[in-house]
Amino acid sequence: MTLLSVIGLGIDFGGITAVNALDFDVQPGEIVSIIGPNGAGKTTLFNMISGIYQPSRGHVVLEGRDVTDMEPHKLAERGMSRTFQNLQSFDQMTALENVMVGCHMSERSPIWADLLRLPSSSRRNRQTQEKAMALLERVHLVKAAHMEASSLSYGALKRIDIARALACDPKILLLDEPAAGCNAVETEEIDELIAEIAKEGVAILLVEHDMKLVMKISDHVIALNYGEKLAEGKPSEISRDPKVVEAYLGSHGGKEAAHALG
Amino acid sequence: MSELLQFVFSGLTVGAVYALVALGFTIIYNASEVVNFSQGEFVMLGGMLTVFIFEAGLPLWGAAFLAIFITALVGVLLNKLAIEPARGASVVNLIIITIGASIFLRGLAQIIFDKQLHRYPSFSGDDPLHIAGATLLPQSIWVMFGAAFVFAGLYAFFTRTLTGKAILATANNRLAARLVGINTNFIMALSFGLSAAVGATAGVLVTPITLTSYDIGVMLALKGFAAAMLGGMGNPFGALVGGLFIGLIEATTAGYLTSEYKDAAAFIVILLTLFVMPQGLFGAKSMERV
Amino acid sequence: MTAYLPPRVRALIILTILIALAPMLFPSSFYYRVGTLIFINSIAVIGLVILIGYAGQISLGHAGFSGIGAYACALGPVHLGLHPFASLILGAVVSALLAWFVGRPILRLKGHYLAVATLGLGMLISMVLTNETQLTGGPDGMAVEGLGLAKAVRETLGFKVKTSVVWYWFGGGMLLIGAWLALNLYNSPTGRVLRSLHDSEIAAKTVGADVARYKLVAFVISAAYASVAGSLLALFNRFITPDIASFLHSVELVTMTVLGGAGSVLGGIAGATLLTALPQVLTMFHEYEHVMLGLIMMLVMIFMRDGLLPTLRKLMLRRAIP
Repeated sequence: MTLLSVIGLGIDFGGITAVNALDFDVQPGEIVSIIGPNGAGKTTLFNMISGIYQPSRGHVVLEGRDVTDMEPHKLAERGMSRTFQNLQSFDQMTALENVMVGCHMSERSPIWADLLRLPSSSRRNRQTQEKAMALLERVHLVKAAHMEASSLSYGALKRIDIARALACDPKILLLDEPAAGCNAVETEEIDELIAEIAKEGVAILLVEHDMKLVMKISDHVIALNYGEKLAEGKPSEISRDPKVVEAYLGSHGGKEAAHALG
Repeated sequence: MSELLQFVFSGLTVGAVYALVALGFTIIYNASEVVNFSQGEFVMLGGMLTVFIFEAGLPLWGAAFLAIFITALVGVLLNKLAIEPARGASVVNLIIITIGASIFLRGLAQIIFDKQLHRYPSFSGDDPLHIAGATLLPQSIWVMFGAAFVFAGLYAFFTRTLTGKAILATANNRLAARLVGINTNFIMALSFGLSAAVGATAGVLVTPITLTSYDIGVMLALKGFAAAMLGGMGNPFGALVGGLFIGLIEATTAGYLTSEYKDAAAFIVILLTLFVMPQGLFGAKSMERV
Repeated sequence: MTAYLPPRVRALIILTILIALAPMLFPSSFYYRVGTLIFINSIAVIGLVILIGYAGQISLGHAGFSGIGAYACALGPVHLGLHPFASLILGAVVSALLAWFVGRPILRLKGHYLAVATLGLGMLISMVLTNETQLTGGPDGMAVEGLGLAKAVRETLGFKVKTSVVWYWFGGGMLLIGAWLALNLYNSPTGRVLRSLHDSEIAAKTVGADVARYKLVAFVISAAYASVAGSLLALFNRFITPDIASFLHSVELVTMTVLGGAGSVLGGIAGATLLTALPQVLTMFHEYEHVMLGLIMMLVMIFMRDGLLPTLRKLMLRRAIP
């Protein structure tokens, strides 16, 4: 069954159409990448799917249910999780606590139990901590567990963001430029991590500028330009699509572009 | 009918004062995104300084102008000593800084002046005008026209002069303004001076009617703030409409319902506004960027 | 040895020791009074630590809830025949209900807007207390029936003790309870979500947290704290005026909270101690009280943006690691 369907999705900001008439599907365990030049509407699309913006037109369907306009926390309960292009870390909390907040849905407890620190609350705390620690291990950040997020490097925060999103046990994970600002080694690690997550059956919707990464791991690529779908298909098809090449570098740079995308 | 007209007169008089306080908020907010909780103290200083300079022997108009000038200096100093060093601090910090400034100025006024109520003579006597069965004090006319004059003058300043446009540009985008060569520190100082002068003008105009003392600033600031938010934070036209509206609501509440709760009217209005349309009547809707 | 204790336990131990040992430095019973006032203010401040420090929401109207608590203790025994302590509970329940009822629309607002909305709420409560003269005695205030602590001690334990001394230990005990609850919250599932709101509401939403609900939780808890503090103040002073609900008192509470370091319970208590003790020490400069308060507020917020305790800790760390 199709996990996520986007049907005719569009949004206007003060009369200007940012995204228009977008359709695509995501299957479980699939890695789908959204590419396009800056301002093509990729992040806006993410914000609509994850319930932060209300679309002006169209629908988002998750596991057969219409979830358009649903609040982000309700979407999280239905298995949608995301990261952010410009980090949204909890700066004053430790790396471990950042990921523990991600476990929120499995550790929710009555307020009085937390105020009185009843055994049930302590037990949940311990379980969450173990789970969060395991996730930090997965993103190679165990050493940083007890450091405040504000003191960590950009690359580390990017990975914490992913660990936090994974802590929600998502069915679909939206990654907004997970490798931006990371060095080659870190990019490699993130690349492996994404492939691993997908192998476990989690669908991944990816926005990324690193074309090498996109072409290597995607099952399926959607190219946007000016808020509309330019092309859709397998990575090898997209990288040869003349419309995509032109959108990226203009018709002059055709050859170089084909090379860069290839 | 004459009763209603009477309430309208008194409502417009206090409303004009609230509008000026709200305008003062707006000027500073636009230049710096700081909400200056000590705005009411500028009104107090305008009135109190006029009282004491006048009693020291200067003619009333001279005392008034000197008071406005000194208050403007206080505004500039406030910016230089308390706001500029706190650049980049959080909203909570800035709120506490400006509230601290307000308490400080009030305490200072209490020491330098005293704790008594004061007034000075009205500018054009106290013989009321009779209009359709209602009475209107000449000083009320001074307040209303004075406020109208200030609004018109500032409108011209912001739209016709280069400096005024520079302030608007700084409000729009501080970095871009600096890149095109606008001295944003100067703009900040100017905004605080201007805002303080506007507040002091309100104090000078209204003191013969409402009297003044060291502690009138708190309530004025809160109501001016309510007016600014009702109109839409950052919009001078909204400040005018919001101020007059709150003045009218207050006067009619006092007249028809209960004078004890006339102060409550402003706060009920502001709470309802915030619940129903947080951006105010004429404010721009903002969107969170992620 | 203390290195093995969790920070929560360490904070409680430090606090207990301070409360227990402070009287050794007290030359007269006046100091017991000041100590009690510090404890009572600290309780209100701990509530605001949860709201401002944990959850990152501001309130300039919490004195209103203190007013409700105070007048509950003034009116409960007279009009409802309640025991003063039952009145304290009643006040806390009323405050919590009011906070719950108005909190939802108010907490949708952010920053300055939230500040003004809470301020308006506080002002309205304060105006009701001032104007309903028949019930509250108006601006002149009204007498409050005491808790009778000294009498209770004499009758049950059989020894005589000064009221100010009993209140010191009673207030200290209440503060420890308040601090214990807030410290428990800090590292709990609920507390973590509250603290996450401080830095990114959007991120908290995307991990499934019902942000509106959690803000409301913080608001309601802090209202209850403020209410209990107001009740205790009324019972302690045996007299109450509407000043307790005033805007200035709200501002004082927020200042105490932020002054010491809003993020931590101990920081909040440090702020409350400083701002409560200072005016008592400076009584000879009574004239200058407001000037000093204003100056302190500005200087700390400009030069120690995180508050006293965190700034001091940073300085010490910097010295330790050259």
